[in-house]
Amino acid sequence: MVSTTAEVIYQRPESFTDVHTHYCPGCTHGTAHRLVAEVIDEMGLREKTIGVAPVGCSVFAYNYFNMDFVEAAHGRAPAMATGIKRVLPDNTVFTYQGDGDLASIGMAEIMHAAIRGENITVIFINNAIYGMTGGQMAPTTLPGMKTTSSPFGRDVETAGHPVRMAEILSTIDGSSYIVRRSLHNAANIRKSKKAIRLAFEAQERGLGFSMVELLSSCPTNWKLTAQEALNFVADEMVPVFPLGDYKVSPTLASLKV
Amino acid sequence: MVKEFLKGNHAFAEAAIRAGVEAFYGYPITPSTEFLEHMARRLPSLGRAFVQAESEVAAINMVYGAACTGKRVMTASSSPGVSLMMEGISYIAGTEVPAVIVNIMRGGPGLGNIAPSQGDYYQMVKGGGHGDYFPIVLAPASVQEGIDSIALAFDLAEKYRSIVHVIVDGNMGQMMEPAELPPMREIPKEVPDWAVAGAKGRDANILTSIYIAPEDEEVTNLRLLKRWKEIEKNEVLFDEYLVDDAEILVIGFGTAGRVASSAIRDAREEGIKAGLLRPITLAPFPSQRLVELTKQVKRILVVEMNSGMMLDDIMKIVQGEIPIEFYGRMGGVTPLPDEILGEIKRVAANKEPGAEDPRDEWISRLEQLISGEK
Repeated sequence: MVSTTAEVIYQRPESFTDVHTHYCPGCTHGTAHRLVAEVIDEMGLREKTIGVAPVGCSVFAYNYFNMDFVEAAHGRAPAMATGIKRVLPDNTVFTYQGDGDLASIGMAEIMHAAIRGENITVIFINNAIYGMTGGQMAPTTLPGMKTTSSPFGRDVETAGHPVRMAEILSTIDGSSYIVRRSLHNAANIRKSKKAIRLAFEAQERGLGFSMVELLSSCPTNWKLTAQEALNFVADEMVPVFPLGDYKVSPTLASLKV
Repeated sequence: MVKEFLKGNHAFAEAAIRAGVEAFYGYPITPSTEFLEHMARRLPSLGRAFVQAESEVAAINMVYGAACTGKRVMTASSSPGVSLMMEGISYIAGTEVPAVIVNIMRGGPGLGNIAPSQGDYYQMVKGGGHGDYFPIVLAPASVQEGIDSIALAFDLAEKYRSIVHVIVDGNMGQMMEPAELPPMREIPKEVPDWAVAGAKGRDANILTSIYIAPEDEEVTNLRLLKRWKEIEKNEVLFDEYLVDDAEILVIGFGTAGRVASSAIRDAREEGIKAGLLRPITLAPFPSQRLVELTKQVKRILVVEMNSGMMLDDIMKIVQGEIPIEFYGRMGGVTPLPDEILGEIKRVAANKEPGAEDPRDEWISRLEQLISGEK
């Protein structure tokens, strides 16, 4: 007799909506969204979670998450999340922000959310470029990298060097969990999910500010194929933005997830 | 309850607490700082939220976040700080969530000074932020009226899911006078059905100001406009003093209106039939009442602590039916009752008010006054 019992090993998370994506082919936003949805499902947080969407490609993030969501002004998601979390401390509040949003226009808001030890979780998508406005230089753009607003390559003499947010935020006392991961292959995606889990665990334990920086691809604006873009993350971005744990609260270090 | 001797900023903040404010997010700025200080002292012990934000930009976006939860939330600031908040104010208006914003106005533009001014009339009454929206604007003229306005502001904000600005000049924030605070109101337990609070047992709520299809944005703009027409119909507030037989109608709001009432009392003693119309809601403006009074009085004198901003609205309503004259002090200067009395007497004696723009004649009178004061 052949066994007919089948086990479901892969399905759409309840926290994820069944809609077509608006993201470009090869973009890793979809991967990041799914990881967040899986973690929220696994932790049973969906019914008490409030997401804060940014301005940028993921401005419509709320279309993909089956949970309460608000849409912030450009860069202000950590302030908006603060406003929510302080009146609903028992709810789970997270922001989802790109590099222009978080590291340029929203630099003050992200820094001070961490300085206050705001008990929120930040998912930070670093793809070294402004996607939504069509490929301009971001604070995380690599030296020499050509964008529509650095057409001759980012000149570090006039435009400075890429900013490393995980390193900066790890120096702040209010931070409980600050790590950088990458989405360029399956092994790193698995590590990214574990990091997202720990970031939400930090919030559920009231440990303070948590952020996962995810190196991501932007094939459209990098003018690369999907695979070339993933290779670019591994070969060009990782050396500038080293992966690793920059700050891990001792409570989390002993946690098995 | 008994009257207490209260400072404006403290009284307004306490009024908000008693009206059930659950969160205050702000940034220190003179002459509104005591408002924030009062909240810092009081809110934590009540189990409510207080955050001194890193900037007014962050403060208003915290307000935006809390407003999306349906909780009573507010901020208070002063002119340059309110300029910084305009981004968030527009988003709050676009998302149609209730919020109360207090502006203790000071002299400007730019850094200006910390003296009392009404120079933010345009910014507050006409919107100030980008896009099509209509804020409700209350302009109380005493500490007591300010206390009452704060409670009203929350009720209106929730009734219409609207921004309500309470605007006073720095005098009102800083001065002390006897006033009575209301009893503590109970905080409502129920969560509005539109609010974000976690999608438990219901579909997800999404609160946003983005309508990427122009047709959808237009529907939103239309909804806001129709709501505003309702507000115009239902929520106009004004005060009057000795208007029944008045021949000269003085119009002023806030401190300027209050100083004008002293001048009107003195003018009456000299046999001049002057009366006061003092709008309490600058938006919606008491247009209908002004049209009625235009049929009764012979002259209008507009008194403001700015360059004649409300004057423009009044000219639009009166449409040249009767002569309008203007007296303003700017830059943080508060007019004295005697100055306004002098203006009332001048208007009473002036048989041929000429200029098309009432400001033209006022400018030369003000230049003379300033050189005389030096």
